[in-house]
Amino acid sequence: MADLHFELVTPEKLLRSEDVHMVVVPGTEGDFAVLAGHAPFMSVIRNGDLTIYSGPNTVTGRIHVEGGFAEVNGKGLTVLAEQATEAA
Amino acid sequence: MPSLKSLKVRITSVKSTQKITKAMKMVAAAKLRRAQMAAEAGRPYAERLSAVMAGLASRVAIGPGSPPLIAGTGNDQVHLLVVATSERGLAGAFNTNIVRAARRKAEELLAQGKTVKFYLIGKKGRAVIQRLYPGKIVHQVDQSHIKNIAFTDALEVSRDILARFEAGEFDVAHLFYARFRSALVQEPTEQQIIPVKLPTVAEGGAAVSATVEYEPDEEAILGQLLPRNVAVQLFRAMLENAASEQGSRMTAMDNATRNAGDMINKLTIQYNRTRQAAITTELVEIISGAEAL
Repeated sequence: MADLHFELVTPEKLLRSEDVHMVVVPGTEGDFAVLAGHAPFMSVIRNGDLTIYSGPNTVTGRIHVEGGFAEVNGKGLTVLAEQATEAA
Repeated sequence: MPSLKSLKVRITSVKSTQKITKAMKMVAAAKLRRAQMAAEAGRPYAERLSAVMAGLASRVAIGPGSPPLIAGTGNDQVHLLVVATSERGLAGAFNTNIVRAARRKAEELLAQGKTVKFYLIGKKGRAVIQRLYPGKIVHQVDQSHIKNIAFTDALEVSRDILARFEAGEFDVAHLFYARFRSALVQEPTEQQIIPVKLPTVAEGGAAVSATVEYEPDEEAILGQLLPRNVAVQLFRAMLENAASEQGSRMTAMDNATRNAGDMINKLTIQYNRTRQAAITTELVEIISGAEAL
């Protein structure tokens, strides 16, 4: 399956722009995972960790995000976060 | 005719001025590069945000029930002019240009019988505005302690402005800043931030995402997004302003350095002429003295 194009943008800079397998996003109404080919979707996010998967079982990164929203469209997933810090 | 000594003193003084302006120019050039990078790094977020906003707004019917940030208060009597200037001077016409743009708008609004209030970011516009419109400044944000503008700084300012909006202090807010085009060109820009002016969605472009699911619903998202948008616009204006300020200062200091150079040349020529004249007079005196014997 094709990879998901994932972008993480903060007001200060474009933090991530890469192709990944899956991203788990903390939405206000529950976490949701986005794979490639996800239906167009838009959600506000709560403060929490984004988890990035490069393969079905491999976690490549956790990023703590605060305030913002996530948008899934034909091009992929874009997370606009007010603050983002790499979590350990 | 100035004496040799006073000419020499002037030349030294202009030389040290030139050294200062040269140093300031170099500092501005270094800072400009950083500010420009920050301004460019901030663009993707602002662009995406406005794209999302436009997409959302085209799906939500804007009526009297909509949040006042988008629909307005139903009134446009009191206008708040948010004027972003720099904290330091010696940046050429940078601050003057921004204040002039704000002033033009203020005159226009006053001519229409509206009330105008000022909200200042940075201290350099204060003196002029205080003199022209005494008592109209509602608040001034001091940024002199901030070295690199962070989003949280903009967030703070936007919270304050939004609180004032909710308290009914004003109906419409305009933002004034200098848009950074290049080191040589900075455009004073006016932008309406409250209520939000949405970019019109290009027909067909937005229709593609017609079946987007929203969580929570469109209106709730829009309600969250609108205050955020104000912060982002402010942040962007601050970054653009910072880059413009450095660009403007660099140009101004470059000119000043060149002018000082010209002045030094002129003074040196005058100094040499005076010296020559003094020598000639002295010689003539000696020779005529010798002849008299």
